[in-house]
Amino acid sequence: MSGVTDPATLDEICVVAIAETFRGDGEILCNPIGTTPIIGGRLARATFEPDMVMTDTVAFLAANTLPVGDPDAERLIEAWMPYRDIFDLLWSGRRHVVMGASQIDACGNQNLAAIGDWRKPKAQLLGLRGAPGNLVNHVTSYWVPNHSPRTFVPTVDVVSGPGYDRVADLSATVRANHEVRRVVSNLGVFDFANDDRRMQVVSVHPGVTVDQVVEATGFEMVLGDTVDETRLPTDSELRLIREVIDPRGLRRAEFGG
Amino acid sequence: MPDKLMTEDEVVAQLQSSMTIGIGGWGSRRKPMSLVRAIARSDLRDLTIVSYGGPDIGILCATGKVRRAVYGFVSLDSIPLEPHFRQARQQGTIEFTELDEGAFYLGLLAAAHRMPFYPTRAGLGSDMLTMNPELRTVASPYPDADGLMEELVAIPALRLDVSLIHMNRADKGGNGQFLGPDLYFDDLFAKAADRTFMSCEKVVSTGSLLDEGTFHTLKIPRLFVDGVVEAPRGAHFTECPPDYERDEEFQREYAATARDPEAWAAFADRFVNAPSHAEYLKRVDERTAERDAGEVTA
Repeated sequence: MSGVTDPATLDEICVVAIAETFRGDGEILCNPIGTTPIIGGRLARATFEPDMVMTDTVAFLAANTLPVGDPDAERLIEAWMPYRDIFDLLWSGRRHVVMGASQIDACGNQNLAAIGDWRKPKAQLLGLRGAPGNLVNHVTSYWVPNHSPRTFVPTVDVVSGPGYDRVADLSATVRANHEVRRVVSNLGVFDFANDDRRMQVVSVHPGVTVDQVVEATGFEMVLGDTVDETRLPTDSELRLIREVIDPRGLRRAEFGG
Repeated sequence: MPDKLMTEDEVVAQLQSSMTIGIGGWGSRRKPMSLVRAIARSDLRDLTIVSYGGPDIGILCATGKVRRAVYGFVSLDSIPLEPHFRQARQQGTIEFTELDEGAFYLGLLAAAHRMPFYPTRAGLGSDMLTMNPELRTVASPYPDADGLMEELVAIPALRLDVSLIHMNRADKGGNGQFLGPDLYFDDLFAKAADRTFMSCEKVVSTGSLLDEGTFHTLKIPRLFVDGVVEAPRGAHFTECPPDYERDEEFQREYAATARDPEAWAAFADRFVNAPSHAEYLKRVDERTAERDAGEVTA
């Protein structure tokens, strides 16, 4: 178990990068899905976005900072939010999801449905889940723990969550609601904040080079004149991650630990 | 008040091949598993199963009952991918209608309200429309801020011949009660179907329905229920809080059988084909005892 004084490791840098996707969101449902995103979301609310609401991953909004993966943790329940209300809420737009992506392309199209031809897939994955509705209703970010040419692909096999090219011809309402804010991978942070709405490097994680990112990406990644380094967690963020939000170190599972 | 008590086999006797059957619950949560197994060991075939899918779809695929699955996802929750369903999809043995989860909700709602469709933006820009070429769009009759008629996806009603749901408590007249944190969409499944059969952990008198939960938990009124089956641990191995948690160890064994036809045959023979729910519970308890005695190492 890491002490508070040990330097930040990659999993903790990724957690903070995910937390940063929520900066400025205010009083919305912060709804990260999966262990690392949940830690990032809880960290964001415990620090710079205290007005956000979050679920306990069951059916309640919990106002306190919960440790991840601990169903017995004491919850300060502030509202009941069963699945049906989640849909009603997401159609209102007051939500920011962080989802996984088995594949993602340069325009932000995401696939978590199937690999290969969806008629008879090589690998059936989860299904479309809520991705089609999420993307046309509220802000979405993605977490991809295994950045490689197999995950950052020229064309996704199934579009679960539509990217910028797919919504370009849709209604003004859809275009106003649609935002793929950021993609966080184990190598860096990416967004679509350019005129072409194509994925660009925001920052690379400490120790990662731009060449590594280019090599691990199956499409042409847009590079700025300068590329920042992803910021390190602060001491208080490290303490929150290690002692409060993930004391059991579940975040390391996605990093082969 | 009518008496609607019946057995799993009496429910199955009311079903026919090629029916469209909705199953309540969500993933590996509060699924009417004793009814699912009764279908799995019946002669029924070519069923269309409509579900927020979990092991219900998996078991019915693995036992050859499914012609078409209609779902937003199929998952065992703690095991994200349902291996028996995956196998059916990857081998091309079932037809499928894959929808956005919210679109699925609107399909149930439209069926419950006897509407032909409900509109939504979900699906626009995604491959939901590619994968389901029968889905149509409609233009809003009302102009948006730019004076344009917005195009929306028309989610058709998911009308069901029969729904199967599992509640914590019920009375013999068919009033159902959920005591856990989430009803999921079970009330809509009941309303979207011509007939609904409800299993429950325990049948209680109408006067006792408020003993364990507030009136807010009485979400299944009897006018939408045609039969009541008392099935203690009827959702096993899925969770049914507050009565019991998911049997994770049993679920892992179920999932592992997808890799090995012989293992599946043995599992199906012992558990899925147990001739009654009571016998199933006996076998599950025997297995747990074997495991605790160290005889089961898997």
